[in-house]
Amino acid sequence: MKRPSRSLMIFGVLGFVFLYAPILSLVVFSFNESRLVTVWGGFSTKWYGELFRDPQILDAAWVSLRVALASATLSVVIGTVASFVLVRFRRFRTKTLLSMMITAPLVMPEVIIGLALLLMFVAMESILGWPGQRGIMTIIIAHSTFGAAYAAVIIQSRLVDMDLSIEEAALDLGAHPVRVFFDVTLPVIAPALMSGWLLAFTLSLDDLVVASFVSGPGASTLPMVIFSKVRLGVSPDVNALAAIIIGVASIGIIVAALQVSRSKKISQN
Amino acid sequence: MSSLPLGSRIGSLLGRMGLKGRLLVIAIPTVWLLVFFLIPFLVVAKISFSEAAIARPPYLPIVEWIDGFFRVNLNFNNYLFLLEDPLYLAAYLGSVKIAGVATLIALLIGYPMAYLIARSPPDQRNLLLMLVVLPFWTSFLLRVYAWIGFLKGNGVINNLLMSIGIIDEPLVMLQTDFAVYVGIVYTYLPFMILPLYANLVKLDEAYLEASSDLGALPVTTFFTVTVPLSLSGIIAGCMLVFIPAVGEFVIPALLGGPDTLMIGQVLWNEFFSNRDWPVASSVAIVMLFVLVIPIMLLRWAQSAGEGESR
Repeated sequence: MKRPSRSLMIFGVLGFVFLYAPILSLVVFSFNESRLVTVWGGFSTKWYGELFRDPQILDAAWVSLRVALASATLSVVIGTVASFVLVRFRRFRTKTLLSMMITAPLVMPEVIIGLALLLMFVAMESILGWPGQRGIMTIIIAHSTFGAAYAAVIIQSRLVDMDLSIEEAALDLGAHPVRVFFDVTLPVIAPALMSGWLLAFTLSLDDLVVASFVSGPGASTLPMVIFSKVRLGVSPDVNALAAIIIGVASIGIIVAALQVSRSKKISQN
Repeated sequence: MSSLPLGSRIGSLLGRMGLKGRLLVIAIPTVWLLVFFLIPFLVVAKISFSEAAIARPPYLPIVEWIDGFFRVNLNFNNYLFLLEDPLYLAAYLGSVKIAGVATLIALLIGYPMAYLIARSPPDQRNLLLMLVVLPFWTSFLLRVYAWIGFLKGNGVINNLLMSIGIIDEPLVMLQTDFAVYVGIVYTYLPFMILPLYANLVKLDEAYLEASSDLGALPVTTFFTVTVPLSLSGIIAGCMLVFIPAVGEFVIPALLGGPDTLMIGQVLWNEFFSNRDWPVASSVAIVMLFVLVIPIMLLRWAQSAGEGESR
């Protein structure tokens, strides 16, 4: 195999510097004493203390966490059922419609999804009297809808790759299809469910636009609070928050990667 | 009962329902997506034809029941308004221009990177791919925020350039279209690299060797063999950057200046500042029409990419 040329290697290194330098600078400047953020004024952890004393941020973080946990779980449930139906069921009348609807949120600008869902909630409220107040509930529904789309992509590809003979064996031995699904299919696709859940969780924690549209006065998510702070310029406690988020995400990814490489080794032995 | 696994308990429960189980399973995702995805778009379309009003909700009904007659108030004024006010046309064109240029820059950066990863030893590929995807798992909003610190007057780049002595006074980078390009390229680069990599890694090197054996220069081989063979990856990557970039709100709001006109921001302002829901709805509908061709291109590229792998 031909090795990449030296100039291509240098380009690649620069590309990765481009991807990582801004993230690293966020972390470095979170330990900056100075309020000016990008002008170094000595090492300090005071912005972390400030962050944990800010009730607005703590409340928003709690809202975001609850929304993300609930919507990631709902996303995986909807995404799994949709994937299973699309991959395993033979033709049914609404198959094309379902496959179109489950992938469409992936290519829809967030502003449109947010506006459409909000107008839907308002219309439902005037007709059905539900959902009386917009807030955590409506954000969970909105996030589950686009989270399900992402989860379905991952789960569908796992279902397509899955060895059908084990499901068939269970069916031949007389197991009910639903039992086969829960006792055979689900354990096999569990890693895909996990990655789908994590992806939906991350997307939910991250979303500003859709949440801003469908939220009510009572519920502000973390991105909404960060956005209103950041709009006024850089602020050192946002850097501290960023450093914490980056730290948690990195630990999660390293643990996941180790898990994957360990399970690969086990399956190779 | 408790000794039975959960699955068989649910199984026996649903088993009694017979064929209805199948229908129920199809209905769960279908109904959810109808109610929370498809019908909302019809509601947007409907409201785009209604008249704004100071009310709750702030628009007039399209269909009214007056004295035993249905009165239909279809109102095209919102669309006419979009045509008449040059702001909207400029915003659509501005979005397409900014998204297009940013997509091109992302392609110019992403293609060599994807090529490099695809040509790396197999045991390094996964690590490099993980490095590409990793930033995606940290907050999008905070990654855009990081560029404020990089680009502003006394930010990282200006401080660095001034300390080396390349420039004497800070460059104005924040709140310009340049900053928006950087922001879009930066946040969507993984979307460009992944489909390109998936395509390039399958590329049969025999073609490249054949081309160079027949005397083609590496550059000629690249443009006449590699690029045409990876076309579906190029289109998929470009559309995955272009489509969300057209409707982007956060990046122009944080990095762009007062002259930066993007339609996502216009929609946001119509909705949140002017509280004109009908106009916001018609802006959204027109944006959907702008995106029809890119979305169809993406579909085509994705199915072409799948076809090649089989």
